[in-house]
Amino acid sequence: MDAIQRELLEQVAGLHEVPEGAYNIRANGEMAGRNTTANIDIITKEDRSGIDIRIKPGTKSESVHIPVVLSQSGLQESVYNDFFVGEDCDVTIIAGCGIHNGGSAASAHSGIHRFFVEKNAKVRYVEKHYGSGDGSGERIMNPTTEIHLAEGAFLEMETVQIKGIDSTARTTTAEVAEGAGLVIKEKIMTHGKQYAETDFTVHMNGTDSSVNLISRSVAKERSRQVFRSRIVGNASCHGHSECDAIIMDEASVSAIPELTANHIDANLIHEAAIGKIAGEQLIKLMTLGLTEKEAEEQIVKGFLK
Amino acid sequence: MLELKNISFQAEDGGKEIEILRNINLKIEDRFVAVTGPNGSGKSTLAKIVAGILTPTEGQILLDGVDITDRSITERAQMGISFAFQQPVRFKGITVKDMLSIAAGRETTVPEVCDMLSEVGLCARDYVNREINASLSGGEMKRIEIAMIMARKTKVSIFDEPEAGIDLWSFQNLIRVFEKMHAETQGTILIISHQERILNIADQIVLLADGRIEKVGGREEVMPDLLGTGQPCRTLTDKLIQ
Repeated sequence: MDAIQRELLEQVAGLHEVPEGAYNIRANGEMAGRNTTANIDIITKEDRSGIDIRIKPGTKSESVHIPVVLSQSGLQESVYNDFFVGEDCDVTIIAGCGIHNGGSAASAHSGIHRFFVEKNAKVRYVEKHYGSGDGSGERIMNPTTEIHLAEGAFLEMETVQIKGIDSTARTTTAEVAEGAGLVIKEKIMTHGKQYAETDFTVHMNGTDSSVNLISRSVAKERSRQVFRSRIVGNASCHGHSECDAIIMDEASVSAIPELTANHIDANLIHEAAIGKIAGEQLIKLMTLGLTEKEAEEQIVKGFLK
Repeated sequence: MLELKNISFQAEDGGKEIEILRNINLKIEDRFVAVTGPNGSGKSTLAKIVAGILTPTEGQILLDGVDITDRSITERAQMGISFAFQQPVRFKGITVKDMLSIAAGRETTVPEVCDMLSEVGLCARDYVNREINASLSGGEMKRIEIAMIMARKTKVSIFDEPEAGIDLWSFQNLIRVFEKMHAETQGTILIISHQERILNIADQIVLLADGRIEKVGGREEVMPDLLGTGQPCRTLTDKLIQ
């Protein structure tokens, strides 16, 4: 791996060296490293590009890193990764994609991740998207996440895109069974002429299922963001989604919630707030000695923390 | 020393110019200076003018002889003016420790933050990493606001009704905080307050009424005017006579 790829790896996965536990590192469309453990197996797909990650039932406190880095301008790829998480597991999965584009051709990565989480298993899934390079070629990322939660399963997904991605369409769908819970925390910042689209669709199918979607975003300069969330309650369940956005300069943000209750005990809530930074927040920080620009940076940093 | 020369402030309300402050002349150099007066007398406006949040329509503000009338909020803060808001501002994602670090102008350590919070009567351990968001009560926000001013250690510290909403914390503690601040900074503490117990510690009291200075002087001079001299409410006295 070269220096650019190592930098991308650090940005998206916080890795300086090879991680502990199971991992699969993909660089410029090829496997750059893999490790499996007694409980976690990683198998290359035969019919298409991608891997199967199989986690044995009862696996606790283990992690899997599957970062992807692209530094070759013009490379476009679609990768299919399937995660099979056995019953009663408690694991952390860290994905993430970094694109460095120093050329003029568009680089694109589409990761299609499917999660099959068995009964009572617990998963923390973290994905981070990052772009760098001063080439004129676009950096495009279109992650698709499909989540199937069995009875009593729980998945928490943290998804972060702070810098450098020109265009992204992020689609997440989920079905949640009895007693299962899904939490998604999304953080996005766009600037320049970037475009980011988020699309969540969650079906709560079992009694006492729950979902909580939390999106915090900052749109700067002339960037555009669209946040769409669809929550469908087909049973006695709790659904909550929240879109909180700071808009700056000439940016544009749309929040489009859709709640559907197909059961008398489906409890669904959506909250959305879009607005510029409150004047009194800037003034408060300025009375502490910060300039207006520094105050703005602190507010944005805190908001996306 | 802070000096206000001929400060006037007008605001527009429904197309009409309203005079909020007129011809305020004031020298502030004592340890504790209290500004008091009825609601709407212009107390908060005066404080905001000193902090640079509002620009006076006329007049000059001098800090240690330097004209700061045209200086920004940031410049005044850097020159040594602090301002504790009457209604503290909330921030999503910024923690108590972050805020105290910004106030102190450097990264503070956890033990330092704990000391500052204990001074304002908060159990430090529970607050260091709390966000300054809607989950904090009004009273908690008020105390953190005071801690921020303590962290700044500036020569002029302005408090806009610091006692409001902190009823469970004794006045004695609040007064001790002011005394400690003065001991550390040797500066002036300007307090806007209606509270007799706060006025009682003031070296100088400024009484505002209807945008003008009604009276200014030591507490022995001004306090008697404040207590028991207000016009009684006619509706109530009429009832009593009946």
